[in-house]
Amino acid sequence: MKNKQKLLATPYFFWAVAFIIIPILMVFYYGFIDSAGHFTMQNILAIASPEHSKALFLSIRLSLVSTLICLLLAYPLAMILANKSVNQNQFIVMIFILPMWMNFLLRTLAWQTLLEKNGVINSVLRFLSLPTLDIINTNAAIILGMVYNFLPFMVLPIFNSLSRMDQDLINAARDLGANNVKTFCRIIFPLSLPGVISGITMVFVPALTTFVISSLLGGSKILLIGNVIEQEFTQASNWNLGSGLSMVLMLFIIISMIITAIFDKDGEGLM
Amino acid sequence: MKKKVLLTLALTMVAAACLTGCGKSSAGKNGEVVVYNWGEYIDPDTLDQFEEETGIHVVYDEFETNEIMYPKVESGTSNYDVVCPSDYMIQKMIENDLLAEINFDNIPNVKNIGEQYFEQSKGFDPENKYSIPYCFGTVGILYNKTMVDEPIDSWDVLWDEKYADNILMQDSVRDAFMVALKRLGYSMNTTDEAQVKEAAQTLIDQKPLVQAYVIDQVRDKMIGNEAAIGVIYSGEAIYTQRENPDLEYVIPKEGTNVWIDSWVIPKNAQNKENAEKFIDFMCREDVALKNFEYITYSTPNTAAQANIEDEDIKNSKIAFPDFSEYNNLETFDYLGVDGDNLYNEYWKQVKSAD
Amino acid sequence: MKKVFSKLYIILIFIFLYAPIATLIVLSFNKSKTRAKWGGFTLKWYSELFDNQVIMDALYNTLLLAFLSAFIATIIGTMACVAISRMHRAWRTFFMGVTNIPMLNADIVTGISLMLLYLSLGMTFGFTTILLAHITFNIPYVILSVMPKMKQVNKSAYEAALDLGASQPYAFFKVIFPDLLPGIFTGFLMAFTMSLDDFIITHFTKGPGVDTLSTKIYTEVKKGIKPEMYALSTIIFVVVLLLLLFINKKPGKKDNA
Repeated sequence: MKNKQKLLATPYFFWAVAFIIIPILMVFYYGFIDSAGHFTMQNILAIASPEHSKALFLSIRLSLVSTLICLLLAYPLAMILANKSVNQNQFIVMIFILPMWMNFLLRTLAWQTLLEKNGVINSVLRFLSLPTLDIINTNAAIILGMVYNFLPFMVLPIFNSLSRMDQDLINAARDLGANNVKTFCRIIFPLSLPGVISGITMVFVPALTTFVISSLLGGSKILLIGNVIEQEFTQASNWNLGSGLSMVLMLFIIISMIITAIFDKDGEGLM
Repeated sequence: MKKKVLLTLALTMVAAACLTGCGKSSAGKNGEVVVYNWGEYIDPDTLDQFEEETGIHVVYDEFETNEIMYPKVESGTSNYDVVCPSDYMIQKMIENDLLAEINFDNIPNVKNIGEQYFEQSKGFDPENKYSIPYCFGTVGILYNKTMVDEPIDSWDVLWDEKYADNILMQDSVRDAFMVALKRLGYSMNTTDEAQVKEAAQTLIDQKPLVQAYVIDQVRDKMIGNEAAIGVIYSGEAIYTQRENPDLEYVIPKEGTNVWIDSWVIPKNAQNKENAEKFIDFMCREDVALKNFEYITYSTPNTAAQANIEDEDIKNSKIAFPDFSEYNNLETFDYLGVDGDNLYNEYWKQVKSAD
Repeated sequence: MKKVFSKLYIILIFIFLYAPIATLIVLSFNKSKTRAKWGGFTLKWYSELFDNQVIMDALYNTLLLAFLSAFIATIIGTMACVAISRMHRAWRTFFMGVTNIPMLNADIVTGISLMLLYLSLGMTFGFTTILLAHITFNIPYVILSVMPKMKQVNKSAYEAALDLGASQPYAFFKVIFPDLLPGIFTGFLMAFTMSLDDFIITHFTKGPGVDTLSTKIYTEVKKGIKPEMYALSTIIFVVVLLLLLFINKKPGKKDNA
């Protein structure tokens, strides 16, 4: 009888094979051949070339920094939100998702308008006779764009794990004489770890692989690994190299998948 | 509960979508034509006019650089009927057997296109079989007179540290290298690795001075006084001057790129006849004039040129330059697979440099 | 004191989140066509918006894609959840692992891999290819929202219903389905939002003439966004905001999130 229910997974099974597994294998296939169709490792080893490794390390650096900033911003926020009454925090959480209904590209473009040399922020600063902010087309602008776009992905999982937390545990700790710091370090933080970890992966991976934010806010002066791959596909039409470099990226993604799996066995922290 | 309401919200949006969809123009009674053109490179009214007059539905798609356009046509994922690439890219498409011959009998209005432009096209389409010129122009320097008080006549100014962080460079491989190669006195079609390498090095030296690598955004940024100097296509010059009178366009003395963008029909086009009707329509005098006034890119349509109302523009040296006044003008050639790879490789080095 | 701090903190974050949105709203009233110049106040973009067939088509495609992909993904995903929860550990790990791939994989890799698949199948790129792609990355959001609810399902009530002679589907819809409903709604909404906001995957799987708002904006970004686009985003934003306020004002009913 129960077997019948298992059959319900059949559509998803075929879907996953056709649209998730096979496509990934195709990337592997392209990554391992050259333009003449012979087996080669060149496309993967190409990551070692100075331009590519530079782009990769820069991507890693920028995405680590923005993940860290996201975490530092999001954790206190999630704590504040989790302490609000149910009705209030629902509303506030929605307020966080609301910006996502404005198109992602438009939001990022708006930052360009804000940050430009004669942009909104600088006009205000000049009006107040304050020093101007020159970060457009630099790494700082890219980090800002990453933090801005991915912050909700950090807030929501942490918020979820915090609001699911058993209040009695915290009260018990307090009753036993633990001060705020201790309660936080011993109880609250460890229990929210699954949320933190999924928040980190959900920010780190898109930040690592973005090409849109860097081209809009970096003035196309800063080449991230995402830009390299995108250009191999859309402009240089070297799909084999693009696939090879994608495989290198996937390595990082697999690592973060494993970390997530260790900390968050049921995928509950996500969203 | 909230989710239910949100679901209703989603449904409302879909209902709204259906309403907007009702007004959707369905496929024309005489089939369709799939056009692939540069961004903002046509007056949208002319498309409506074409649909009305012929009953052919226009599917319109845009690209940003020749390099982006090429793989899309080549891979055959999308069957375009009319494409508008530039000179060297047309040559590449001809050499790789991607283009269909145009039947000129179906395009009577081709008579409006000046003979000299077909002559010029022979560089990439030797027998004038595959392409019909749509726009032409030069590449030059656009500068803001309030920020630059010396006369500009050379590409050297793009390397002048006085203008650090005020320079906009082109973000496409051939155009960027054109500037560097011309400045060094080399041909912009060189495949000599030493010359390309030298040019790449000067581009790397220039990079700290560059505010951003842009393509079409140069227009907005120059209008908004975001930068003092930009490398720009001549067609944008008139538009930007109209919006910001402080801007001035020059063709540097070291020479530059004279380009032609032409209509071509890919071999895998599904609606070749409609494609020819479309090209014919675009060659019509009134349509060409309308397009010129909207996009301000120089038209090779001599009949339309004669009818431009604004005398200043009609006699504008920017829109219709006398090429004999300039030295070292060149048109891009297709450099073959190896040439492409050479430039791409060095371009990547430029882009990843600090 | 602490309260003041937390209020201040929330306000600062909100300014950060909404500054660009305020900018877009202001730009929608800008008379000048370029983003760079303020040319005075106007409402003309709002009236021109509805005559702009290109933007209206893109809006239609975007909403239709979001709805269809979220809807199909919800069905496939929910069915899969019911089945997965009954499976042995090995299969369960397999399914959850596969589900994590599109979630954690880079959008650019997902987009490219699908493009390569379509190419090798000789498919013509267009609405269908985008739809398939969106369903693919939406299913995981549904599964991850429904799965936790699956654990809270009252199994004994279900078995009792069966013992009392209810047919399996009947028992399912009467007993299990109501428990899953909140998760299904969340999943649907997540999927809808994700599809709405996607650019990268659509960028690689789209064909000629089929544009969503994202891809349309991406082409326009370079030439200068048409002000009608700002007007449209403002309208969408205001509608969603009003609905939110409206829902929130409604007192009483218990929340089931």
